[in-house]
Amino acid sequence: MSRSARPLLFAGLLATAMLAAGPLIAQGKPAPKPAAPAAGAAAAQPKKLGLGREALPEEIKAWDIDVRPDGHGLPPGKGTVKQGDEIFQTQCASCHGEFGQGNGRWPVLAGGQGSLTSDRPEKTIGSFWPDLSTVFDYVHRAMPYGNAQSLTPDETYALTAYLLYLNDIVKDEEFELSDKNFTSVKLPNAATFYDDDREKTEKGFWGKEPCMVNCRGEVKITGRAAVLDVTPDSKTAPKVD
Amino acid sequence: MTSSKTSPALSRRRFLGAATAAGAGLAAAGSARAEAPKPDPLITDVQDWNRYLGEGVDKRPYGTPSRFEKHVVRRDVSWLTASPESSVNFTPLHELDGIITPSGLCFERHHGGIADIDPASHRLMIHGLVDKPLVFTMEDIKRMPRENRVHFLECAANSGMEWRGAQLNGCQFTHGMVHNVMYTGVPLRVLLAEAGLKPNAKWLMLEGADASGMNRSLPVEKALDDVLIAFAMNGEALRPEQGYPLRAVIPGWEGNLWVKWLRRIEVGDMPWQAREETSKYTDLLADGRSRRFTFFMDAKSVVTNPSPQAPLKHKGSNVLSGLAWSGRGTIKRVDVTLDGGRNWQHARIDGPVLEKSLTRFYVDFDWNGQPLLIQSRAMDSTGYVQPTKEELRKIRGTNSIYHNNGIQTWHVKANGETENVEIG
Repeated sequence: MSRSARPLLFAGLLATAMLAAGPLIAQGKPAPKPAAPAAGAAAAQPKKLGLGREALPEEIKAWDIDVRPDGHGLPPGKGTVKQGDEIFQTQCASCHGEFGQGNGRWPVLAGGQGSLTSDRPEKTIGSFWPDLSTVFDYVHRAMPYGNAQSLTPDETYALTAYLLYLNDIVKDEEFELSDKNFTSVKLPNAATFYDDDREKTEKGFWGKEPCMVNCRGEVKITGRAAVLDVTPDSKTAPKVD
Repeated sequence: MTSSKTSPALSRRRFLGAATAAGAGLAAAGSARAEAPKPDPLITDVQDWNRYLGEGVDKRPYGTPSRFEKHVVRRDVSWLTASPESSVNFTPLHELDGIITPSGLCFERHHGGIADIDPASHRLMIHGLVDKPLVFTMEDIKRMPRENRVHFLECAANSGMEWRGAQLNGCQFTHGMVHNVMYTGVPLRVLLAEAGLKPNAKWLMLEGADASGMNRSLPVEKALDDVLIAFAMNGEALRPEQGYPLRAVIPGWEGNLWVKWLRRIEVGDMPWQAREETSKYTDLLADGRSRRFTFFMDAKSVVTNPSPQAPLKHKGSNVLSGLAWSGRGTIKRVDVTLDGGRNWQHARIDGPVLEKSLTRFYVDFDWNGQPLLIQSRAMDSTGYVQPTKEELRKIRGTNSIYHNNGIQTWHVKANGETENVEIG
């Protein structure tokens, strides 16, 4: 679907002058891939068009606020559990509760450790999240809900420290979290995440020739949406947040 | 809780190999009345719309559906979320046909409400492990070679409320976190070529301009393969709730990665482990461990008619209609059962069969008024066969929230009412 070359219509230009055709992008449908895309995805490297302009360092600095597990992106700063507690009570507790227990249907931020194999897991920072960097990154970019990106780096360090305290990951109210000691803090559930393995563990879903005739005996209805008791205010009803 | 002992319905298409007696139990269409038929006044009287002028061409500069279609709307389930700005609504699949979702009916999922952005104020930045960090305006992007492609976008949590059993009564609610439109956009590889990827570029982070600052990590292989940076859907600008003026299109992969109001792409050498790929969009299994980066949406299907919101109203000829899709390729075949999985037939696939797109199927059948247990089972071009919910639960348990592509059962009762059920 490269642009077909067209004569330029500007007066004074030779009728034979041609617009450079755009990059020739392979249009053939890629063969369906059962696995992740092949490394390098052998598409021809498109030609540079010379569009856009260089991003200035101040512009990158303004938007580049993300933090990775290795600490890449952490801004200079620090904050203690105690400072975090004060900020949390004024900025966060109205939704998340004084101790991160969650008000109403707002997310629970603390507790639930050891519940992941139970019938109703409580997935919180302490019980579930793998990386502390995510706490800093998410709070800094998206909280407080409705007033995002209003927290300073120091306030974010303090809140992160308080959340560690609420989850019994640090025990000392004087604990100070900073860009210097940040990556030394490990969350309890870090080791339990692994990359998508469906192609191995669910291999049996591929290549079957399904039964078409007389496939089973008697069929019984075992569950009905109309009689399932879903309590809208229930803590155990499914939640999207 | 009874089930019929014989095949409850006959299709005009023969059940494969099923030696059912043709013509058994066909319901008479309409009962014969004793009195002479009365003429229909809708025919014998002149109607208003046949007499008086209707609205002129200047009344509807941007047309909307007929006032008789007011019920065809997105709907939400208010108790699912704490706030409507970080919530989801559902596409009315049971009211739609073909494969293209009308733009105004495409389900919405926001984490910080709908960003209201003047395209003249929108910027896209690419930086990180690139030769030259760049800023693009919308005008820059519209000067690049573009492509048009139809793809489904399915929320990873679609059908997530059904993991523990049949819960929501309607395919809008059980399967409606999906839409399928034609996108116009620039291949991401074209944008990346402008900046120039460094050799150690392995992952990209996509970030939105909205109040949630949505950020997700994307492997560079996918970015260079078929990702589009789209500015149009169904021929016109993106709708605000779908990311106007710019969004990512990540064909076949879970909807959360399709970052809306896209403003920044950072290139790095490892994933970011953002909130939406750690706390959320990770799949907790029964052993307490969790899968992460479960990008692909596996083959799935649902019968949209009949369904709880679209009961059967007539004996005799009926159209069973449904949708099938796969994030790993194209839909090769859809089988349908009317008797709870005892006997199956191939559905008739109609219309375009496209890569990583919704695909429409039909079964034209005669209903004699017997109860039905309807299911559909999709197969894709990789040989994957849509599993039952039980097969999925055996491997994953019931707490993984996401990626429920199990076979759906509808129970059609003798009065035509239809219910979401599970069978054993």
